[in-house]
Amino acid sequence: MEAIKADKTLDLKGLPCPMPVVKVSKGIKEVEIDQVIEAVTSDPGSLADFPAWAKTSGNEILKTEQEDGVIRFFIKRKA
Amino acid sequence: MGNAVQQVDVEVQSESQGLEAIQKQVLDLKAQLDSLSKNVAEDKLSMIVFSGDLDKVLAAFIIATGATAMGMDVVMFFTFWGTPVLRDKGKSAGGKDMMGKMFGTMLPKGVGGVKLSQMNMGGMGTMMMKSLMKKKNVASPEQLIEMAGELGVRIFICEMSMDLMGFKHEEMIDYPNLTYCGVAKFLEEAQNSKVQLFI
Repeated sequence: MEAIKADKTLDLKGLPCPMPVVKVSKGIKEVEIDQVIEAVTSDPGSLADFPAWAKTSGNEILKTEQEDGVIRFFIKRKA
Repeated sequence: MGNAVQQVDVEVQSESQGLEAIQKQVLDLKAQLDSLSKNVAEDKLSMIVFSGDLDKVLAAFIIATGATAMGMDVVMFFTFWGTPVLRDKGKSAGGKDMMGKMFGTMLPKGVGGVKLSQMNMGGMGTMMMKSLMKKKNVASPEQLIEMAGELGVRIFICEMSMDLMGFKHEEMIDYPNLTYCGVAKFLEEAQNSKVQLFI
């Protein structure tokens, strides 16, 4: 599987609700449409929250990785 | 020949009548569409913050800031016990009557003074919860209010509650989007909001 290249990385580790979603919604505005951001969180709630946010805001989660309590989302800006 | 002219006349007349009828129908439809689009719910969250408890205020601001992240327009209406939450600790106002002074002393002065709705235990519970929140990196209500302001959450304060409790505009927090209002303003916003909450 080919690695996804991110245009920007957001480190959201250690931040609980609602910060990950608030920060990712701000952060995605800093890249162009069709560019990709990588958001790294340690909040297990974001596993449900990020897809919900992406669906509502019209962005696309390309990939979700989970490792040692860290969750890594690759999100393509679509809107 | 005369007959033919007359017939054409009649045709033209009925055609223009048909056009008029269609025009009228189009106008009617347009008016209907206008009134329909006025009533379509927007991606908006209208929230009443009635409570002045730390836990409930925290929940209200977490939902509000989260909703802006979801791309929603957010309005919060502070009324009754929610009103003193928006007082500024560092400000004071003069010219209050006795009842106003009493309310002013007895009610929390800003979000830093609010207590848990349960397990307060004479303030010990609230203190413990605050230190726990700090430890767990949970944003404080103060931080959340500031963030809400940056994210464009609009705040309305019930003028009647202000008056009832003797609060003055000059003792409320500096917030970028603060307006005083009555119930009609809330209902106007709530009417076209997809989500409405009472906290």
